[in-house]
Amino acid sequence: MTEANSFSLDVASHPDNVGLARLAVAALAAGAPFGVPDLEEIRVAVSEAVTNAVQHGYGGRRDGRVRIEATLSQDRLKVVVSDQGRGIEDVALARQAAAGEGERLGLGILFMETFMDHVVVESHPGQGTRVVMEKRVPVAALAADGD
Amino acid sequence: MFYRVEPHLLTVGLEQDLDLATAPAVRAALDTLLDRYPDRDVRLDLDAVSFLDSTGLGVVLGRYRRLAASGRTLHLVGVRPAVAAVLTVAGVRQIMTWDPAVLNDGRKRGGVADDGGQLV
Repeated sequence: MTEANSFSLDVASHPDNVGLARLAVAALAAGAPFGVPDLEEIRVAVSEAVTNAVQHGYGGRRDGRVRIEATLSQDRLKVVVSDQGRGIEDVALARQAAAGEGERLGLGILFMETFMDHVVVESHPGQGTRVVMEKRVPVAALAADGD
Repeated sequence: MFYRVEPHLLTVGLEQDLDLATAPAVRAALDTLLDRYPDRDVRLDLDAVSFLDSTGLGVVLGRYRRLAASGRTLHLVGVRPAVAAVLTVAGVRQIMTWDPAVLNDGRKRGGVADDGGQLV
């Protein structure tokens, strides 16, 4: 059985911390019977959420703060990425993969929603963005894990 | 990053994960090569790229657009499963060809042929 575990990371909005965040979350997730493709998908989703915070939230500024909270329970991984940046004016519009910077933002949201089972993007212009993502441990893996 | 120049083909191999931290340097290095060899199609070897997200994909798509604008093609080789998953979700298959096979070329045999060299 997966033992509950969690961490909270508070990092500067530096590009190098995108890799740090996905490494940390993947290491936590490896404590559950996720398959290799699942772990790869988790890495992409975390990378997108933290990139959004660094690149969009703080506009490339490196002195902002990004918080990554990850919780592993018996049946799921939950990751919350939050910033106090400029926020996303219209999340629905950002999803539609417009031109320019919006294109990356839209693809990022598409990847998060495709690779995780549940994604909520909450944003208040001028106050920041909070992304909550969950991925369930595969049912077959859970059953096998109980043997 | 390594590259190899043949009469009608420029092969460029990326040797780092592609994300927000690495994208600027990779983009600049690729553009330098694309400008230096303006009359060649491009083969991008991703065999050593184990991670690519939307920022990394943006680098690839941006080079594709640059090349397409001048009638050149971009072909991806050495695409690993994790990278293929990202390309598939983004619909890249509709505009670009890619090959999961690992290149068995000069690099694997221990050298860079012709007018090749190391950039990054």
